[in-house]
Amino acid sequence: MAVAAGKAARVVSRLRGGGSALPGLVVERLDPRFLTHALADLPRGVVVITGTNGKTTTTKMLVAILREHGLTVFSNPTGSNFTRGVISSMVAEISLSGRLEADLAVLELDEAHALKFAAEVKPTHALLLNVARDQLDRFAEIDHTARLLAELAEQTTVGVILNLDDSFVSRIAGRVRDGVRVTYFGVDPSIADRLPELQEADVRFEDDFTPPAPSADDGLLKPHDERSFEVRFGRTDRVGPMVLKQRGLAAMINATAATSTARVLLGNEFRVAAAVAALERVEPPFGRGEVIDADGQPLELVLVKNPAGFTVALSTYGSTPVTTMVAINDNYADGRDVSWLYDVSFESLRGRGAALTSGVRAYDMALRLQYDDVAVAQVEPDLDVALERFLTEYKDEPKRIFCTYTAMMTLRRNLAGRFGLANFGEEARP
Amino acid sequence: MSSQPSYSHTSNGTSNSKGQIKVVHIYPREMSIYGDLGNTRCLASRLRWHGYEPLVHQHHPGNEFPADAHLVLGGGGQDSGQARVQDDLAHNAEVLRALAADGTPMLMICGMYQLFGNAFITIEGERLPGIGILDVTTQGNAKRMIGPVVLQTAFGDVVGYENHSGSTELGQGQRPFGTVRSGMGNNGTDRTEGAVTGNVFGSYLHGPVLPANPSLADALIRLAVERALGEPFVPGEIDDEIADEARTRQVRRLVG
Repeated sequence: MAVAAGKAARVVSRLRGGGSALPGLVVERLDPRFLTHALADLPRGVVVITGTNGKTTTTKMLVAILREHGLTVFSNPTGSNFTRGVISSMVAEISLSGRLEADLAVLELDEAHALKFAAEVKPTHALLLNVARDQLDRFAEIDHTARLLAELAEQTTVGVILNLDDSFVSRIAGRVRDGVRVTYFGVDPSIADRLPELQEADVRFEDDFTPPAPSADDGLLKPHDERSFEVRFGRTDRVGPMVLKQRGLAAMINATAATSTARVLLGNEFRVAAAVAALERVEPPFGRGEVIDADGQPLELVLVKNPAGFTVALSTYGSTPVTTMVAINDNYADGRDVSWLYDVSFESLRGRGAALTSGVRAYDMALRLQYDDVAVAQVEPDLDVALERFLTEYKDEPKRIFCTYTAMMTLRRNLAGRFGLANFGEEARP
Repeated sequence: MSSQPSYSHTSNGTSNSKGQIKVVHIYPREMSIYGDLGNTRCLASRLRWHGYEPLVHQHHPGNEFPADAHLVLGGGGQDSGQARVQDDLAHNAEVLRALAADGTPMLMICGMYQLFGNAFITIEGERLPGIGILDVTTQGNAKRMIGPVVLQTAFGDVVGYENHSGSTELGQGQRPFGTVRSGMGNNGTDRTEGAVTGNVFGSYLHGPVLPANPSLADALIRLAVERALGEPFVPGEIDDEIADEARTRQVRRLVG
């Protein structure tokens, strides 16, 4: 009954062009134990991926590796990473008996919802990526976020995979149940000096926790150059060299996390060639370095939502000079407080300046750039007007837009109309 | 054995500056969440734009506090950050109280505002003493006060963003920093926000508060310059059009 109702709701919400969470809401009302029923019997378990940055990319990567190994994987690909979003995704794939035809589930959940989910379904595995400040008005404090991750680890029944280099995450090793296996991913000591790019030193204190020395089951990222890298396990095992479609150190670390987790899940079945092939084919998720052909010139959309992420994005993309626009909204999904912009250094934009700032907080962004001596040519709060000017006045130049979530939704919709792009949430499944 | 606190030059050799101003940011590691270091960046830049030479010093727990500071700034932190600075703050309370009594301008945001008060009383009823420069007392709350704020102050409209679980009451006769036009303020009930005693300003406003409210920033600079150089502040030409637009747009959005 609940499944049929949810399927009906899904058709209705599709017709209305509506959000991805509505059918989930319907099923959850009808049968609150729905998740438990459908997921409990999956033969290879339920993997939850959470942390502040990189959830969507890492989930895509892990799912790709597992499918390349021939497994049927249920995931929540619609970008709706709350519990109801998971149910919504399931409704589409489930038989009317309520059984999910899959070997395992790999689910991306944000920190707070991961715990709510675990109250219904105990994950067999949890991959905990990192802790950074993000949308502070939702989670309030980084310490609180770290506690949420630790509580999720306590709920996990078979294995947890932890970020070795993030002390907020690696110290969770002491919190898992007896018998639960702990594995790590991290960076090779040769690039440890680049960790500050990925973490926020200002809210991290020296403490007496020393992460354990990595074992042969722990994956370490070893880049060869800006694009090529491998993941090292112990002295001899190597996954790579490989080159991702998505650029940047953060994507390489996500690939390291996905590879380490796939090895845990697959054990002896893990094949290096399959993992490399899968990772090299993964398209950047929406808003993570998507490149649009705008009248013959590349236009990159880069989602920014917290200081660590924005700093990484600037260092990733800063080396190739392009014309830049920054669009900042302050709706709930963006984070209503824009103070965090002052924890990002914009000096890399100083050379060429910014063509435009836009969004509800366009003037606050321009003010922020002023304090980093970055020239701003125009300030235009209206996103559609700003985009029009950006596209026409810089027609023959490669372009990049750094934007918060709801600004990206508006810009992406406009660009989809102009250049005939697929809509968000309708990416082809592999 | 402790070495003399050192200030770092934030510009490369300004021989024709109108004078050196020593700016101290207290506990930048532990108490500068939500961009409060932006206040220090703002003051350093504006001092330079006005023709003065800012010398910025970061004070960390365990180090000697620079008693020759002309301007002291502090920000908000998490509970763990507050716990880490408690001892050092108690150790330096006398120095800070003497500087405050002597007219040194200070801006303390959120967590440091609370610690500059009489006490913070946790939800569990534990009383954590402050250093009592501002006559305010803060009671821990289960509910957080979060959102954009507009204040009416002696410096005109001031905009910012509050995010605190502490509810602060002013002591008898304690002057607030501003009156709430939109938002919660000290406690969500009496429409007061922050506190001012002499030249010491306490407020919950992040944003950070100074960049979008340059008249407040320049008021602090004026006080620091007069104190440091014993002569009147001679402002330079600064174009604040962007800051004024950012602020007035927030005021329009929030109070119409």
